[in-house]
Amino acid sequence: MSRINDVGGMSGFAPIVEEPDEPRFHADWEAHVFALNGALIRRGIYNLDEFRDAQERLPVHEYLAASYYERWFAAIRMLLAEKGVATAEELAHG
Amino acid sequence: MSGAHASSTISAEVRHVESLLEARGLLDPGEIDTRIDEFAAKGSPANGARIVARAWTDPAFAERLLADANAAIRELGLSMAGGIQEQRLKVVANGVGADGTEEHHVVVCTLCSCYPIALLGPSPTWYKSEAYRSRVVRDPRAVLREFGLVLPESVAISVWDASAESRYMVLPRRPDGTDGLSEEQLAGLVTRKGLIGTAAV
Repeated sequence: MSRINDVGGMSGFAPIVEEPDEPRFHADWEAHVFALNGALIRRGIYNLDEFRDAQERLPVHEYLAASYYERWFAAIRMLLAEKGVATAEELAHG
Repeated sequence: MSGAHASSTISAEVRHVESLLEARGLLDPGEIDTRIDEFAAKGSPANGARIVARAWTDPAFAERLLADANAAIRELGLSMAGGIQEQRLKVVANGVGADGTEEHHVVVCTLCSCYPIALLGPSPTWYKSEAYRSRVVRDPRAVLREFGLVLPESVAISVWDASAESRYMVLPRRPDGTDGLSEEQLAGLVTRKGLIGTAAV
């Protein structure tokens, strides 16, 4: 079964927008999420395929509403909870 | 307004997860900052540009690159093994193919955002957008036109859909009138979009 991320060939998305001189990350937290994911994979908490799978399992409305690194962060929290590293509640406190 | 608010909320949430992991011994203090700095120093389109310039000036290297890109880029001190597992790299060359047809290549990851980050740095947001991922496989010619790259109907377009294990990079066609340029000067002509295939060079 295809998931929401499988968009190849779909119609109806907004036009492609190019951002001139786009920065590497748009906010510090994006760089942190990027680095955090690498650190957790390196430690073997989860692997790259599990990480991709977690993003693809996000509820459709959440997937489509989220920015790229918001998806990453949601997937990281999902996996940390599923792997028993921390409860969803512990992870949600900010 | 709400965007700035959302951003400060998520910053706090990310910091919270980091401290939680530090407290549980799953993250070393300072580890995230070190990783960010290391990554900033490594991945950049300048790496891809160096590969292209070498291929333009050294036909034997170009041949090795197209045959086995993972091995060839090691000659330049580059590698696809910097991440968690080595990814297979395939370099696809724009230009006239064996059958005499002019070919242009363009790369996408329809499922997400797979990309040769070690050679190109982080990908632009448009590459990761549903808009690009959905359309470039259906109507590449129109998408390229929107990027300002108008290709004659006679040019065949191939779209390469990357996956977690296989990444692609385009070897653009060397522009005319660049015979006198050094390898370094040639590298300076190559853009990130050229390496993805949404620009000519």
